[in-house]
Amino acid sequence: MTTDVLLKVENVRKEFPTHSKEVVQAVAGVSLEVHKGETLGLVGETGCGKSTLARCMAHLYDVTSGSVTFEGQDITKLSRKAMRPLRRDVQVIFQDPYGSLNPRRRVGSIIGDPFAIHNIASGNERKKKVQELMELVGLNPEHYNRFPAEFSGGQRQRIGVARALALRPKLVICDEPVSALDVSIQAQIINLLADLQKEFDLTYVFISHDLSVVRHVSNRIAVMYLGKIVELAPTDELFSQTRHPYTRALLSALPVADPDTADSREQIILGGDIPSATNPPEGCRFHTRCPKARLDCAAEEPPLEAVLDDSWQHRTACFYPLTVGEDLSTAVPDLKAS
Amino acid sequence: MALLEVRDLRVSFDTPDGTVRAVRGLSYDVEAGQTLAVVGESGSGKSVSTQTITGLTRGATVSGTAFFDGTDLITADQSTLRRLRGAQIGMIFQDPLSSLHPQYRIGWQIVEMIRAHDREISKQDARKRAADLLTLVGIPRAAERIDDYPHQFSGGMRQRVMIAMAMALDPALLIADEPTTALDVTVQAQVLNVMRRLQEQFGTAIILITHDLGVVAEMADEVVVMYAGAVMERAPRRDIFYRNHHPYTQGLLASLPARSGERLTPIPGTPPSLISLPKGCPFAARCPHVFDKCRTEAPPLVDVARDPRHQSACWLPHENSEAIAS
Repeated sequence: MTTDVLLKVENVRKEFPTHSKEVVQAVAGVSLEVHKGETLGLVGETGCGKSTLARCMAHLYDVTSGSVTFEGQDITKLSRKAMRPLRRDVQVIFQDPYGSLNPRRRVGSIIGDPFAIHNIASGNERKKKVQELMELVGLNPEHYNRFPAEFSGGQRQRIGVARALALRPKLVICDEPVSALDVSIQAQIINLLADLQKEFDLTYVFISHDLSVVRHVSNRIAVMYLGKIVELAPTDELFSQTRHPYTRALLSALPVADPDTADSREQIILGGDIPSATNPPEGCRFHTRCPKARLDCAAEEPPLEAVLDDSWQHRTACFYPLTVGEDLSTAVPDLKAS
Repeated sequence: MALLEVRDLRVSFDTPDGTVRAVRGLSYDVEAGQTLAVVGESGSGKSVSTQTITGLTRGATVSGTAFFDGTDLITADQSTLRRLRGAQIGMIFQDPLSSLHPQYRIGWQIVEMIRAHDREISKQDARKRAADLLTLVGIPRAAERIDDYPHQFSGGMRQRVMIAMAMALDPALLIADEPTTALDVTVQAQVLNVMRRLQEQFGTAIILITHDLGVVAEMADEVVVMYAGAVMERAPRRDIFYRNHHPYTQGLLASLPARSGERLTPIPGTPPSLISLPKGCPFAARCPHVFDKCRTEAPPLVDVARDPRHQSACWLPHENSEAIAS
C-alpha cells in the first residue's frame, strides 16, 4: 500500500526552559507521518504535548531537535521569510474563538488578512473573495462589517475556519476547534469541517482531548502521554484492538452517553496524577500508573513498533501490549526485583 | 416529602440592555440519597438556578419557593443560609483553583470550614478530621499533604479537596456545578468515582449540573433538561436516553459524535436571547417538528408517560394524549 506523505515528523523534540533552570520536555522524540487527504487525530490529556507537537508541525515553534518535512522539503530550519510561501499551505484553527480574533477589527478585514499578507487581492476583489468565504462557512456575507463580539461562539469558530481556508491550504491543523462549543453547535462545526475537507481535498491534523470527537473525525489516531506517542493506529483498530494500557484506560474513562453501556462496562480508574514533564519517569513514562507495569518497564523505554499480528499501520510503545479481550481492571503492577 | 422541593423558581437580572430572564418557572424535587442531573447548554439557566437557591445571586429578582428540610431557601435570611451552606448543603464548582485561597494551607482551609460550623470541636480534632477527609477522597499521604498549599496540588487533587470540604460536615445535599468539566477524562473518572462512593457511604443527595450527557448517563438517577431558562423535559435517566419526548432532548443526543464517521445531526441555529424571548415555545425556531401553535403558545410541562416522573414541555402527541382527549 502506498500513500502520499504530506508531512513527516522525525524524532522531534521540543523543550522549554523554566525559571528554575529545569527543562520541560513537552515533546520528547516523536516520529509520524501525515498522509495526504487523511484526518490524523492527536489525543491525550493536559500536558501530553499534543498542541506543542502541532505547533512544531506548522513551524510556529522551532524544534529543539529532529526534523519536520512538508512535501519533501525540510522546513525545520526555515527562516520566517523563507517559511512565508509555505504558510499558504499550512494553516491553523485555534480552540478559543474569543481569544483568536481581534475584537477591534471588523470580521471582513480579519478574514481578508491572508489576502493582504500574501498580496493576493485588494479592494473590491478582496471583499468579494471574503464574502465568498463567509458564504462557504455558513456566515451571512452581509455581516462583513460586524465586529467579532456580535457573533456567537459557533459563528466565531466559522470565522476562524474561513480565515484558515482563505489561501486554499493543503494542511489544516485544528487545535481543539470545538472544545469551547456547546454540543449542538459543536456538531455544526464538525460537519462543516468534513464538508470542506471533501470539497477542497484538505488534510487535517485534529487535536482534541475529547476522544468521542476524535473518533468521529479521524482516519488514524495517535495517543500521546507525557510527550511521547504510546499508540498509533487506524481509528477502528485503536478501539477494537487496543494495545497500550494507557489507551485502554483513556477509552474506559470516557463517559458514554448510553446508560446500558455505562452500567455494564468495567472502568479502569488510574491511580495518581500525570507526572511532571520536567522530570518524567525513567523507562516507560507510563509505568508509574500502569496496571501492568513490570520491572523492565521502569528500566528501559519501549520503542513505538508494530505488534505481531497487527497491521504495519498499528504501532504501540509497550513491552507488554494488551491482547484482544484482556481484562486490565484486574491487573496488578509488579515492580519488585525478584 | 422530598429533601429539596423547588417550585416555580424565576430569576431575572436587570442589565443596561434589558431584563435577562435567566430562569423561568423551574420546578423539581431532589430525593435523599439520589442524584438529580440538571443538563443544558450555555445560558440555559442550569447554574443560576442552584446559585439562587443557595443565596449566591446578588442583585437578581427572584420569585418562587425552594423548601429544604422545611426551610424556604428563597425567603430565608442570610444568617440562616450561612448556617445551612456548608453544614447542610455542600457545594463544589467547576474551577477548584479559584475556590481555594492560594495563600492558606489546604488543611487550614478545611479546619476553618469545620470550625465555622462546629464551635465545640477542638483544633486538634478538626485537623484530624481534615486529614481523614483527605484520605476519604483519595489524597495519598494525606497526613503530610495537609500542610501543602493549593498550588502544590494538581487540578484533580484540588477538586477532591473541594469535595472533602463540601462533605466535611456530612451535608444532606451536595450541589456539584460542572465538577469535572475542567479535568482530564482519567481524572474525571477518579473524581466521579469518589462522588459515587461518598454518596453510597453517607446517603448524600446530589444535584449535578453538567453539559456532558456522558456524565449524566454515568451518574444520574433523574434528569432535568433545561433550555432558555425553562425545563424542556424531566425523566428518570433511562427514559431521557431511550424514551425521550422533547425534540430538544432528541436534538442534543443526535448532536453527539457517533461511533462511525457518519454525518452528525446538529441542532440548526442558536439559542434565543434571554432578553427578548420569542412568544410560544423557546425551542420553536430550531425545532424540526415545529407547527403553528408552537410559535404562539408556550407548551406547559405535562406528564407524557405512565411514569408520573416523566414530563415534557412540548405540544407533540405523547402516550397520555388520548387519555386527555377523551
